[in-house]
Amino acid sequence: MSIFLDENSKVIVQGMTGSEGMKHSQRMLDSGTNIVGGVNPRKAGQSVTFEGGAEVPVFGTVAEAMEATGANVSVVFVPPKFAKSAAIEAIDAAIELLVIITEGIPVKDSAEFFNYSQAKGTTRIIGPNCPGLISPGKSNAGITPANITGAGKLGLVSKSGTLTYQMMYELADIGFTTAIGIGGDPVIGTTHIDALEAFENDPETAGIVMIGEIGGDAEERAAEYIKANVTKPVVGYVAGFTAPEGKTMGHAGAIVSGSAGTAQAKKEALEAAGVKVGKTPTGTADLMREIIKAQA
Amino acid sequence: MHPVDLYEYQARDLFEKHGVPVLGGVVAEDPATAKAGAEKLGTPVVVVKAQVKTGGRGKAGGVKIAKSPEEAEQKASEILGMDIKGHTVHRVMIAAGADIAEEYYFSLLLDRANRNYLAMCSVEGGVEIEQLAVERPEALARVAVDPTVGIDQAKAEEIVSAAKFDAETGAKVAPVLVKLWDVYKNEDATLVEVNPLVKTGDGDIVALDGKITLDDNAEFRHEDHAALVDVTSEDPLETKAKALDLNYVKLDGEVGIIGNGAGLVMSTLDVVAYAGEKHSVKPANFLDIGGGASAEVMANGLDVILGDEQVSAVFVNVFGGITACDAVANGIVGALKKLGDAATKPLVVRLDGNNVEEGRSILADFAHPLVTQADTMDGGAAKVAELAAAGK
Repeated sequence: MSIFLDENSKVIVQGMTGSEGMKHSQRMLDSGTNIVGGVNPRKAGQSVTFEGGAEVPVFGTVAEAMEATGANVSVVFVPPKFAKSAAIEAIDAAIELLVIITEGIPVKDSAEFFNYSQAKGTTRIIGPNCPGLISPGKSNAGITPANITGAGKLGLVSKSGTLTYQMMYELADIGFTTAIGIGGDPVIGTTHIDALEAFENDPETAGIVMIGEIGGDAEERAAEYIKANVTKPVVGYVAGFTAPEGKTMGHAGAIVSGSAGTAQAKKEALEAAGVKVGKTPTGTADLMREIIKAQA
Repeated sequence: MHPVDLYEYQARDLFEKHGVPVLGGVVAEDPATAKAGAEKLGTPVVVVKAQVKTGGRGKAGGVKIAKSPEEAEQKASEILGMDIKGHTVHRVMIAAGADIAEEYYFSLLLDRANRNYLAMCSVEGGVEIEQLAVERPEALARVAVDPTVGIDQAKAEEIVSAAKFDAETGAKVAPVLVKLWDVYKNEDATLVEVNPLVKTGDGDIVALDGKITLDDNAEFRHEDHAALVDVTSEDPLETKAKALDLNYVKLDGEVGIIGNGAGLVMSTLDVVAYAGEKHSVKPANFLDIGGGASAEVMANGLDVILGDEQVSAVFVNVFGGITACDAVANGIVGALKKLGDAATKPLVVRLDGNNVEEGRSILADFAHPLVTQADTMDGGAAKVAELAAAGK
């Protein structure tokens, strides 16, 4: 099995007809994703033919697309300015899974549509500012390169995009049920804890890799959760040991101010919860490989 | 997203714009302007306040009382140019003197853990609020604010009640909190803090000192915000990188770092730091070239890093997700051609992921004597640490 996304997922793309949307829809189709529609009110009724022959209809609204196709997943590529209304539209249509790839959404907008989704209670949001998620061999919702890893028995959850790819690549010999990039923004829909819970409940996931980075206390809270609730082996990696205090390094999440939120504090919290923490991405992959070998 | 911290005078202006009660204030970059400002304010007492983005300026001597325009000029000349915790004072604010009866505290900020907003309020303001929060947490009211609702009159009343204001004062404070919500919402802030919020001898509520942090992701709907961003940095290389729109942070070390994606670049810094331990070298910077990685971005990045005299070797670590490794390789080739003889420092390049074969063969064919390719991240880090130590 996999979590959140599988071979039965029917995917629509909000912003499919834009340049990013077109590029990544093609890549998603190439990696086996069942894309059943695009959404663009100005191009409703048209269709887009992709390389490989897929002809994907364009709908005026998310609700219309869901009605016509039975879609249950939407991937959002619309620009930051329009992302909030795109998200609200999908939440109103009660899409099950909403994957928001867009980078640069004002945090106020994210806070509003996240809390709106919580009040409605029908939509899981992943992101924003994330690579999305992939269940290798089944479906790919987002921008994760599909050819760097394959299906297997590990779960992966990470804030970072390229670091996720690095880890997927390192552990390609074992493979993944699902790999999720939850995004590095201050307000995100799905957290480390949500993913840990889903991986714990997924019978095919044998081990979980969790990647964190400096800033906030999401990793510390995840550590507490693991201690109380996760029986499967978890291996962790934390980036940002050498980041100086008070400097922002790219992700909004990656801000160190004072002692809380440092890589060292996160590492210690994870280790106290029984999580083995690697010193480098390669070292982390080695830790997981040993655990899986011992299971066999 | 990069948080944009404002100076006190900028926060004061935004408070005023949204109807939060403030006292008169004039910003000055030289003593003569400070004197003119004090004359313009016309109050018997003014306060000359250093404008720096750090706390503890009062203790450092950055806040002084003046009882005449001449004295304001004198105090301004003392404060301008001061160093407060590594921040040079380039501006002072001349603020009208206040008749303070009581001091309170209020802040509204993004609560990442709960993914909503948190209002904090205390009737014991004007102090180190972090200290109060630790020593007497019961004195600091914490009230969650729903982002889809904000602080309306009812929420404001809940906050003042939780902070245990007396009824009369609370009734005066509540509407000010609603105005502060207007600042937070309408300016796309992630922090609005007032410390102290004061009651004057006449019983008026005034925001005497404030901090605002803005969200630069929202700049598209705030044309005026661009002017509030510091374009200069304390570090000339950071200033240059900012002008080139590069995500660069200067550190104190010898190994220049370029990578794609903030997480991978941070990880690269760590891996280089470990590899550098036995050679006594450290990472010199953080530089994330992001998803694009055109020849131009790569050339600009290399230009900034090679401009750092402390750098003795450079590590380019790219995992091609969307970014294709051949584009990155072409960027490196283009940059080295553009730099010509100006390129003198060794480069270790590790490429993996999308189009890696093409990328590696482009660099192999280019066969530049300064470029070494590495197969793995750890291997590249070990190699660059060795080269950096040799070139020190």
